[in-house]
Amino acid sequence: MKNIEQNKHIYWNPYFGGFLLGLIVIFTFYTTGRGLGASGAMKSGVVAVVETVAPTHAANNAYYSKFISEDKSPLNTWLVFEVLGMLIGGMISGGLSGRIGLRVQHSPKITSRRRLYFALGGGALFGIGAQIARGCTSGAALSGMSVLSVGGFITTIAIFGTGYIAAYFFRKNWI
Amino acid sequence: MGPLIPNGVIPYEWDSVLAILIGIAFGFVLESSGFSSSRKLAGVFYGYDFAVLKVFFTAAVVASIGLYYMDYLGYIRVAELYVQPTYLWGGIVGGAIMGVGFVAAGFCPGTALTSVAIGKIDAMVYVVGIMIGVFIFAEFYTLFQPLYEGSFLGNITVVDSFGVNPYWFIFILTIAAILAFYLTDLLGKKIKKVFY
Repeated sequence: MKNIEQNKHIYWNPYFGGFLLGLIVIFTFYTTGRGLGASGAMKSGVVAVVETVAPTHAANNAYYSKFISEDKSPLNTWLVFEVLGMLIGGMISGGLSGRIGLRVQHSPKITSRRRLYFALGGGALFGIGAQIARGCTSGAALSGMSVLSVGGFITTIAIFGTGYIAAYFFRKNWI
Repeated sequence: MGPLIPNGVIPYEWDSVLAILIGIAFGFVLESSGFSSSRKLAGVFYGYDFAVLKVFFTAAVVASIGLYYMDYLGYIRVAELYVQPTYLWGGIVGGAIMGVGFVAAGFCPGTALTSVAIGKIDAMVYVVGIMIGVFIFAEFYTLFQPLYEGSFLGNITVVDSFGVNPYWFIFILTIAAILAFYLTDLLGKKIKKVFY
């Protein structure tokens, strides 16, 4: 039998996944009046850590203090609950398809160490960018475009446009 | 009449419960679509896998058609939905920085979370990286502040700022999406496959 090369994991048809994701966005707006998000929860995590470690520093900083209030923890936000759900949902999906396991995924052409350095650096850039643009691909781009927000389109074009320009410099990591 | 919680149709206490349930659905769909794999995500930038474009654009089109259709039928008022504020240069510069981060790491925050959920160490490191990025931004907030708060245009949609008819806009967006899917499929056949 001829051995046909194929990917290790078979995922959903992208149009099916996209359709369901669109329905989730509609349901979210219909029930809560707001969209999805992800990076906001990580910001809440940072605010909570800084507030615990250095409460006066957090209160004096103009950025942290926006998200600190007397009566509730900075972690008590809609996005933190949503993100906890995402971890559960991802685990259920991965578990049903046998994809769970501790490992570093990278191209065979690079080492795990290199992959982790780039993951850390890319994450830091994304963290800074998501603060400046007030949202990431979920909150600003996807949810923004769904309600035809001008900012949503601008951020989407900026993310993918720059991604294509920068792709040349990072090609060794992927192809 | 939606949105349900802001209009008091569903009690506010359901907000957090719905957040978890919506998160579970969101995480499940992202993982099942293959977004827990950075090598699949990065494919959109090198042309060996356009799943990101297909899932993302399909979702945006489905959601905008659905929301405006529900508005037309009177189930929801789009004017009451949250529209994020537009800060012109913040959106451009922030988006550009995210673009470099995306292709360097192969993740965006939401997809990385589903990858953390299935035990990928690179995704965990990436989330730590995001938190470091947020920390840097907050610590040097005074430097970023002019960009963060400048060029504010309001919570505007394309309907407010360009006066376009939303139905025509969504129709053209849908045609653009279908064209993009068709063209990337043509392109994908010419590009060397990468297996992961």
